[in-house]
Amino acid sequence: MSAPPRLLEVKDLSVHFKVYSGVLKVLDGVNFSVDAGEKVGLVGETGCGKTTTMKAILRILPHPPAIVPKGEILFKGEDILRMKPDQMRRVRGPGISMVFQDPTAALNPVFTIGEQVGPVIRYSSPENRGLSRRQIRQKALVPLQEVALADPERLLDAYPIQLSGGMRQRVCIGMALATNPELLIADEPGTSLDVTIQDQVIRLLGELVERKRTSVILITHSLGVVREMTDRVYVMYAGNMVEVAPTPRLFANPLHPYTRGLMEAVPKLTGGGMAMGIPGRLPSYQHPPPGCRFHTRCPHVMPVCRREKPPLFRVEAGHEVACFLYGPEVERHSSELAA
Amino acid sequence: MDDDILIAQDLKKHFVIGYEGLVNRRPITVKAVDGVSFRVRRGETLGLVGESGSGKSTIAYMAVGMVQPSGGTLTFRGQDLFANGMKRALPLRKEIQIVFQDPGSSLNPRRTIQQILELPLRIHAPGVDPGQEVVRLLDLVDLPPEYMHKYPQMLSGGEKQIVAIARALATNPSLVILDEPTSALDVSVQGKIINLLIRLQRELDLTYLFITHDLSLMRNVASRVAIMYLGKICELADAEEFFQYPQHPYTQMLLSSIPVVSEAEEAVKPKKIISTGEIPSPVNLPVGCSFHTRCPHVMDVCKHVDPVLVETGAGHTVRCHLFEQPVEVTAQSVAVR
Amino acid sequence: MAQPSKVETLAPPITRQYVRQLQRRNRMENLGRGWYKFSRNPLSILGAATVLLVTLLAIFAPWIAPHPEHAAPFTNFAHAHLPPSLEYPFGTDEIGRDILSRVIFGFRLSLWMGVVVLALVVPVGVVLGLIAGYAQGTRLDTIIMRLTDVFLAVPPLILALAIASVLEPNLTNSMVAVSLMWWPWYTRLVYGLASTLRNEFFVSSAETMGASTSHILFRELLPNMISPIFTKMSLDMGWVIIIGSMLSFVGLGVQEPTPALGTMVAKGARFLPDQWWVSIFPALAIVAVVLGFNLLGDGLRDLFAGEEV
Repeated sequence: MSAPPRLLEVKDLSVHFKVYSGVLKVLDGVNFSVDAGEKVGLVGETGCGKTTTMKAILRILPHPPAIVPKGEILFKGEDILRMKPDQMRRVRGPGISMVFQDPTAALNPVFTIGEQVGPVIRYSSPENRGLSRRQIRQKALVPLQEVALADPERLLDAYPIQLSGGMRQRVCIGMALATNPELLIADEPGTSLDVTIQDQVIRLLGELVERKRTSVILITHSLGVVREMTDRVYVMYAGNMVEVAPTPRLFANPLHPYTRGLMEAVPKLTGGGMAMGIPGRLPSYQHPPPGCRFHTRCPHVMPVCRREKPPLFRVEAGHEVACFLYGPEVERHSSELAA
Repeated sequence: MDDDILIAQDLKKHFVIGYEGLVNRRPITVKAVDGVSFRVRRGETLGLVGESGSGKSTIAYMAVGMVQPSGGTLTFRGQDLFANGMKRALPLRKEIQIVFQDPGSSLNPRRTIQQILELPLRIHAPGVDPGQEVVRLLDLVDLPPEYMHKYPQMLSGGEKQIVAIARALATNPSLVILDEPTSALDVSVQGKIINLLIRLQRELDLTYLFITHDLSLMRNVASRVAIMYLGKICELADAEEFFQYPQHPYTQMLLSSIPVVSEAEEAVKPKKIISTGEIPSPVNLPVGCSFHTRCPHVMDVCKHVDPVLVETGAGHTVRCHLFEQPVEVTAQSVAVR
Repeated sequence: MAQPSKVETLAPPITRQYVRQLQRRNRMENLGRGWYKFSRNPLSILGAATVLLVTLLAIFAPWIAPHPEHAAPFTNFAHAHLPPSLEYPFGTDEIGRDILSRVIFGFRLSLWMGVVVLALVVPVGVVLGLIAGYAQGTRLDTIIMRLTDVFLAVPPLILALAIASVLEPNLTNSMVAVSLMWWPWYTRLVYGLASTLRNEFFVSSAETMGASTSHILFRELLPNMISPIFTKMSLDMGWVIIIGSMLSFVGLGVQEPTPALGTMVAKGARFLPDQWWVSIFPALAIVAVVLGFNLLGDGLRDLFAGEEV
């Protein structure tokens, strides 16, 4: 017990939602970690549970329907799920900060940019609380400058609607980083933007987190963005992490049938036609299939997959797959399959 | 030419979004489409690429009769689509159909799939019993007939879009406009939809106008590609040519910014062009070439004179001062790889 | 989930009966889900139960009321001003009529008025709202909505009083008065909904398909507005009853001896506080029925929140 705790460690997290017809077992034992200075990607499609995981980390899940029956979320060794509200408030902001998917919805349309960035600055650290409006305003220029926004003085008095989508997203990123968080969660930061602007924004994000030594969890459904931006990737399906690997390894050698399906499904700039994609659809969270949640769509399904849920098998350093194809009995064949 | 199904000639659409000034009320216009000309040949898939504000969706809406052009003409098999303004005769409406981007809002949540598919049948084939036709349509797109009684919310995103496609095909159109048909869907279902569209094109002899912002997708779908920026076409070429020898700086910028998933794809991308600055507001378009504020090869003439489309090769046209002289393209003026 | 092979899927006969069966099953399922949501809120259940009770009382009044003849011209001075007892649970009024029976018949009147007014007002208001909302931005929109504004500008009660006092005071005319002031609210509601919905892509799809305007208004737009309209109708029942009671309170509605809750409250007021039952029970009846409809309406609104486009 000597190593310092990892920055974020999600252990065996389960999240259920209670609805009319029963219980939706969305997250089913999720394991996930981020170290200081790392950029981790979380890839998955709509409904796979990635946003639920992030909301659970920030404790912003709606609590009547949501229940967390088990699991721990350790931030620097302390369990977030068991924190009191004021402890949690100290974690959000300087500890963990979030950039949401839609910058238009994340900014309040009736307040100016300055009126929104100001409070972030003011409450980001105790010494800022007593400062005057003008001092806060001066400090609010800093995050705007850091995200390379032209003419930040004028921007402080502008309303979100006067800004373009890219500028709004940059404001949100600036606000999120204004508190100098140790961990930034970016939920689909480029999705609602044009490709060229998305490129700018993603690269800006990359530069900033390098400079500030902030760790990042980048949530996205775009494999391309993950490949460009992250050090390590988790692939998520139906509430489980199905594969994790250092980014170059994942793209050179995707192992899980779902990951391979996704890679094949992405249209290639080199042409060659479209693959058929992955047949079937996401399983019901209310009556999830027994065993591996992907087995109903898997081209390599085996009898064991229908009975037991695969644990994460370690294939090589840092590369783990939750798939029986890579389990001990099949270890001999793993090199063939992995090719 | 006989073979051209849809011809756009100097098509324009200007929206007035407000007025400025107290005494002389000057209209504030957005030039969504500002002088676009193209021909869609029978049986091909013409791709229309552009980012938001490029005007590509507006063109789609004009083709299908939702929006009336402010100038220029749009003809279908020689007939002016707007001869009667917004009123378009049923036989003409039948021929051009559209599939919208968001299947969630293009299907009425209060109507069953059967009712949704019956509507075009009841309008365009009033005597025929629609029930059997609906079954046939569902079969055509590989959906089980039981889906007839379901409401859209019970279907997945991909299935909804397939229903939207079936609806578009119900009238036996010649031209189908596809406005970002897979952008709202996950990548794992994209392939199914696209392959379905390709098969249907073959089986039913359809012509597609395919609109998307996703160039990688375009690469696998289109036979010819036109790229738009702020209401004008910048470059138009056969797909192979477009992706291998992109000439317009905007095309190159766009191609170089796409996130790709393999080394092989990285190799075919043009050299990285960092796009600086914002996309200009469509209300205050820059004078001269609308791209000059972001162009890495901007010259003095670009700031004052708007370039015209010039043919630089077989079927390859570019709107850029770099190519004004129809001279052989030199290695210096085109930074490709 | 593998798709069944083509041969199998074409086999089951797609008869009209099969279609109807499946539709019914879907609808049952939707209703089941709806009931679950509705039943979570005990107040909504209370509202629904109250409305149901009142409706049953109103329909079966002649058979349920202990002394139905007291709702017609009747006097029995021997039993005048009797306090609540087993024979007369709500007591009797100044000429010996059983208040409970009169209250039950009063419900009948109130509900009848509500039903008739809404039956007149809702179709007119909704259709005008649909037309104006769909035609938003055109002259037709302006004409309809400014007309609506004119009616809305007059304080509603004043308008009702003015109309009712000009016409002969009876049930029909008070219904006319209330109807004339009520329809604009539906037009406003539907106008707002229609002008938003018309920008949805399913409407564009129907338009480009060549659908007729009436199809778009009634088959595409209207089904998406059913819930706000029904919720409003339920809440409105309460209001119509109150307004009707107000009119009869000031003598402009139904005339004696027909039992109207408002009239009963008015006439009984002068006997307060000694013979309190003459006024209080009818007043409580008004409260109960209005509250019932309001709770029901709230429940419906929560139920439908987030169900449509």
